[in-house]
Amino acid sequence: MKNMTEWKVTNKEFAKTPETFMAGHRACAGCGPAIALRLIMKAARGPTIATSATGCMEVVSTIYPNTAWDVPWIHTAFETAAANAAGIESALKVLRKKGKIKDEHVDVIAFGGDGGTFDIGFQALSGAVERGHDFLYVLYDNEAYMNTGIQRSGGTPHGAWTTTSPAGEVIPGKTQYKKPIGHIMVAHEMPYVATASIGYWKDMVQKARKGLEVNGPAFLHTFAPCPRGWRSETSKSIEISRLAVDTCVFPLWEADCGEYKLSPKSKAIALKPEKKKPVEVYLKTQRRFRHLFKPKNKHIIEEIQNNVDRRWNKLLKLCEMD
Amino acid sequence: MSKVKQKMIPLNGDEAVAYAVKQCDVDVVAAYPITPQTIIVEKFSEYVADGEVETEFVCVESEHTAMTCSITAAATGARTFTATASAGLALMHEMLGVASGLRMPIVMSVVNRALSAPINIHCDHSDSMSERDIGWIQAYAENSQEAYDSIIQAFKIAENLKVQLPMMVGLDGFVLSHTLENVTVLPDETVKKFVGTRQIPQVMNHKGELVPFKLNPEKPVTMGPISLQDYYFETKRQQEEAMRKAIGVIKQVHDEYVKLTGRSYGNGLVEAYRLEDAEVALVCVGSTAGTVKTVVDIMREKGIKAGLLKVRTFRPLPVEDIINNLSDKKALAVMDRSCSFGGQGGPVFHEIHHAMYDAPDKPQVVNYIYGLGGRDTPPALIEGIFNDLQNIAQTGQIKTKIQFIGLRE
Amino acid sequence: MSPQKKNWKELPMAGVCWVSSTDYKTGDWRSYKPIWHTENCIRCMNCHIFCPEGAVKYDEENNVMVYDYDFCKGCGICANECPVKAIEMVVEGKE
Repeated sequence: MKNMTEWKVTNKEFAKTPETFMAGHRACAGCGPAIALRLIMKAARGPTIATSATGCMEVVSTIYPNTAWDVPWIHTAFETAAANAAGIESALKVLRKKGKIKDEHVDVIAFGGDGGTFDIGFQALSGAVERGHDFLYVLYDNEAYMNTGIQRSGGTPHGAWTTTSPAGEVIPGKTQYKKPIGHIMVAHEMPYVATASIGYWKDMVQKARKGLEVNGPAFLHTFAPCPRGWRSETSKSIEISRLAVDTCVFPLWEADCGEYKLSPKSKAIALKPEKKKPVEVYLKTQRRFRHLFKPKNKHIIEEIQNNVDRRWNKLLKLCEMD
Repeated sequence: MSKVKQKMIPLNGDEAVAYAVKQCDVDVVAAYPITPQTIIVEKFSEYVADGEVETEFVCVESEHTAMTCSITAAATGARTFTATASAGLALMHEMLGVASGLRMPIVMSVVNRALSAPINIHCDHSDSMSERDIGWIQAYAENSQEAYDSIIQAFKIAENLKVQLPMMVGLDGFVLSHTLENVTVLPDETVKKFVGTRQIPQVMNHKGELVPFKLNPEKPVTMGPISLQDYYFETKRQQEEAMRKAIGVIKQVHDEYVKLTGRSYGNGLVEAYRLEDAEVALVCVGSTAGTVKTVVDIMREKGIKAGLLKVRTFRPLPVEDIINNLSDKKALAVMDRSCSFGGQGGPVFHEIHHAMYDAPDKPQVVNYIYGLGGRDTPPALIEGIFNDLQNIAQTGQIKTKIQFIGLRE
Repeated sequence: MSPQKKNWKELPMAGVCWVSSTDYKTGDWRSYKPIWHTENCIRCMNCHIFCPEGAVKYDEENNVMVYDYDFCKGCGICANECPVKAIEMVVEGKE
């Protein structure tokens, strides 16, 4: 779907959209994923069915008998967000065709954490995308298996402390790099893939809308800090999400049928490279990187910077902005 | 006796299942191929491609996803069917519990095949027996005709408002799935009318409204929450209750089907063959029952009062019928086509032995584990069992309680 | 005194949720409380948008931001993101 249009909405208009991810959920104070989910549900355009993988957002929103979902919602297992969506979408398609339900379009949104998407849920995601089901997959990336106690995932960045990649004397944090899930999804030749950050909420909800409008699978990779797991200030979750973009640790882009395009905030940096902040500024905000500031670990910060630069330059090439 | 015009066509077990599914107005089929179930999905794909059915056929990327899609499609209100065997069923294990816990009336055909390792594509019951505690209704077919009939009945049983549980129908891999049989089938319209439209129960949602138990944007429902120490137990008790109610529903659906077709399988739960005046009896599940019936006749010719109790419905376990049919016998042999390693015998033996414990009269009960990995089970083998039973009945002594037969020792 | 919990016969089937999350007041988690200085507020909606709970609402009729202290967890994001520093985080109970 080429040349999709941006959803034009003012802040005040957005304030009036319904709160279908209701208050009273048990997320930690300052939870990034909760902000992502709440805003994306507010941006949902019409009849919606949502589904989640097991994880923080599933657990905090549905502690029986309470539910924070004011839309039909189902959870089955950890690795199944995309498979859930596939089943729902298939049923809707055939029931409409057979006249067993109302003939109107229903949006299907699947929410998965980095655990349920990068790792255990990847098979289902890849399969669902290959089959071309019409749904939006939202990955809320807090860079570790947070719900089970901050264990490392395929989405955990290089050097980060987690409970299974602790900052030890011999091995200081995670040795591997973050799986480039966005590019992997683009390689599936799917209609729409985008990255977003809760720090730039309007860009995020506009992309969510595009994902919903696309006829076919869409993938939205959302950067969402976890103050608990990242050991950051609860009040700084949005600020950190902006810094991630400003340092190019998490650049914002979209791929419309495989055609890459930088989003405004990252485009501004591409056009004026002096605007790009060094990764240290970002790493300093989270105590999960604190050990990197010891003299013997400083080389890891260099490794992180090099990796950020390498991926950024590769992205610029893909966006034809190099 | 039967008012409806039926016709006889040659079908193998898999084809019979696919044919039944074709007639049942199924909305979604999500399946992954695995020998010996492959013919079911292949045949069904042909029906879809030729426009013979209006079903959304989802070629999923694994059995785990097959069950997941079936669950959420059923949650959206669709009538769903899937099929698998052996390792595929094992892969779905996690989701079988979810299907049962979420009370989705999915019907699944399990083409019974041995579990790995070593990998073996032939018949035994280790796959579905490993799932006996997960909360699915389990039935086993003796022949392709029964497989066809059981699938049709399964939709009605699973979707009954008193039940709302998923149901699996087992048919022996290769023995039934790939061998041709003359199957008497009903007309399409008759089956469609028999199964009817799927009824959806009402539940209380978080807005305090009584709404249909399905994913519908106009009446939102939250399914599959996290339920902690204070509520999980009660939800499980509800599942157990549904299983208990299923006993009556299975009999009821079976009786309705008898009226329609003239074909019956005992009372739907168990089928007794020459059992009333029998002194020694065999208990088994699946296609071996057919061989046993032949052997029972041979034994009777020889003057041995032999009989067979075929357990058609394994879950819920028809304890009453088992006791009523077997307690007055002198000796019983339970045949198991799977083994509970380290568990003193096979699963069917455990269940029958346990049922007999509370029976007014207790026969001697022994166990024969047979046919694992598709090992052939000829009549001679079963004759040997009856001879053993005669011995036990006459002497009152059991030489060996649990034996492996057909094994090279 | 909490009400007697429903038994297995009374509960909806299959673990369907029958209470809204809004029944559970997360407001008592707070250590810090946001105080809104309306005279500085430019109604940019940032506080409403960035609140993880949706505890800040915009009352269009009266053109005021309404803070729902039943749900505010005191994370401080609203105060941090306010462009004109119209929100002050004070220790709960000492406002």
